[in-house]
Amino acid sequence: MFPYIVRRVFVMAFMLTILSIITFLLFNAVPTDPAMLTCGKTCTPDIVAANRIRLGLDQPLYVQYAEWIKGIFVGRTYGSGSATFECSTPCLGYSFRNGEEVTTMIVDALPVTLYLALGAFILWMLIGISAGIVAAKNHGKWQDRTIMGVSLIGYSLPVFFVGLLLLVFVVVRWNLLPYPDYESPFDDPVAFFQTMLLPWITLAILYAAYYARLTRSQMLETMGEDYIRTARAKGLSERVVFRKHAFRAGLTPIVTSAGLDLAGLLGGAVITEYIFSLPGLGRLAIGAVTEYDLPTITATVLVAAVFVIVSNLVVDILYAAIDPRVRLT
Amino acid sequence: MILEVKNLNVEFTTDDGIVHAVNNVSYKVERGKTLAIVGESGSGKSVSSLAVMGLVTGSNSKITGEVFFNGRELVGADPEEVRKLRGDEMAMIFQDPLSALHPYYTIGDQLAEAVQVHHNVKEAEARSRAAEMLTKVGIPSVEQRMDEYPHQLSGGMRQRVMIAMALINGPELLIADEPTTALDVTVQAQILDLLRELQKEFGTAIVLITHDLGVVADLADEVLVMYGGSAVEHAPVREIFYEPQMPYTWGLLASIPQISAKKAQLDPIPGSPPSLLNMPKGCVFAPRCTFKDQVPGDACANEFPDLLAVSKDHEARCHLTESQRTAIRTERKIGRV
Repeated sequence: MFPYIVRRVFVMAFMLTILSIITFLLFNAVPTDPAMLTCGKTCTPDIVAANRIRLGLDQPLYVQYAEWIKGIFVGRTYGSGSATFECSTPCLGYSFRNGEEVTTMIVDALPVTLYLALGAFILWMLIGISAGIVAAKNHGKWQDRTIMGVSLIGYSLPVFFVGLLLLVFVVVRWNLLPYPDYESPFDDPVAFFQTMLLPWITLAILYAAYYARLTRSQMLETMGEDYIRTARAKGLSERVVFRKHAFRAGLTPIVTSAGLDLAGLLGGAVITEYIFSLPGLGRLAIGAVTEYDLPTITATVLVAAVFVIVSNLVVDILYAAIDPRVRLT
Repeated sequence: MILEVKNLNVEFTTDDGIVHAVNNVSYKVERGKTLAIVGESGSGKSVSSLAVMGLVTGSNSKITGEVFFNGRELVGADPEEVRKLRGDEMAMIFQDPLSALHPYYTIGDQLAEAVQVHHNVKEAEARSRAAEMLTKVGIPSVEQRMDEYPHQLSGGMRQRVMIAMALINGPELLIADEPTTALDVTVQAQILDLLRELQKEFGTAIVLITHDLGVVADLADEVLVMYGGSAVEHAPVREIFYEPQMPYTWGLLASIPQISAKKAQLDPIPGSPPSLLNMPKGCVFAPRCTFKDQVPGDACANEFPDLLAVSKDHEARCHLTESQRTAIRTERKIGRV
């Protein structure tokens, strides 16, 4: 098991390197001149040129890349002389649009997205997997048909539709909850839960529907395996057959899916954050894109990609923990 | 008498209609003896045994007839009672041991589990019984193997593990569903030897499901030939090889390669097995039977022959008269003539 993890970590480090290069090139591929963007209203070619030097944009690409990476690990200093300012570790760049370090913006937005994604994740895994199991156990009966029917609806409804619907009815019409206004759970737990409840439900409806279907089909497939017949031939009760022999085997694809879905959300649940005015990574990214805030765009892309890669590692390790055959390869 | 099956029928309701997988099959197995059920894929040989084990449970299945295990009726019995017999008094091994063993649990865990389902013993005791049984079936360095997973063993070793797991509680009946089909030829012989030895030691009755007549000759005392869900011939093993009475059995025998044979080609049975959805009205084998023209009045196409006694302990279904059969066998050199 240990060599397997070490190997996966090495692969992950390699992928992160490739990824940072691609993200960096993306920054440079955008057809706008960052020096121009930072110039302000009274712009002269002199100022643009000075900005270019100040931002290090006059350097060759690989030097810029090295500076950027250096910034992440040890921080960096922009400009020289009186116009110098420090960007502390981990420095993901400086947003001239907001006059703020990108790292600070990310650090502010990250917990919001984290709470949103994790809350929804727990909710949908609980609902989805249990509904899927109930459906599989009652294959072909009314429970199965009901769950599959409902999940098909849940799966078909787009997030913006469900989100708006919940907002309009629960908040505006029925006044069951106050209008969403994000508060940190440490400052005001009640307001936090009141704000997060609807976003959690919105995301959970979509994903729970998908996981119910996935769990059901996995369990049905696994229950048809030869080793399940063996387990029954041993005289094990249906309960043990299902819980010990079938569920663990059916779990692997669910774990893979769950890891990737969670990672996707951690990169920013753009639509949900927008509808419920949550100041998370998704909103940060969209805001940055509309304002041509290049350092922020690069940073959000990098953060989202890091989540995907790290969760891939976690999935790989979980996979090996569940399936002994994976450990050898 | 360990097992007595009387008029067993198994039906499955599907979207396409009712599948008659097993029709009026009867047989008996005595303590320490081996009955081979022979037939091609879809002949109902596996389904009939799964039904005996109580493993045909789908809501679309219907089982009628009688199955007496040690005098207890199992058809219609409380599933919980049958479950308690499974793995304890009657056990089963399957064709492909790689897919039949759970990929995620170690050999030791799977065997210990088999002990603990039926015996209230501690994990350590269950594991020591498992180790003992694994040694008995010829697994080398048992202590190490116990902590390995099925995929780490060879095919032959896996089937030995399956056999150990089936016999660990000393069952009186073992149903072996094509136990050697998925194995190398050299390993097949080892597994058959092992089964024979264990049978002698434990006095287990074996129902051996196979399509390999070599395996039948090696292990069986009695043979039940199945075709299209029905028993078509039933006889002691010597009679099946020396005095076969049914054209399907003749076909099976003619399909065995023989070193002494002068001709280079085998005689396959023409055509394919019947669909169990639309059974022919007459004899199930009639559409493929080369000799049906010798029976007067289209009887083969219209009437399913009864399973009639040919001699003591020997029954066959066929409209051909005894003299016709003898003539055909003499001409074609089938059996001992």
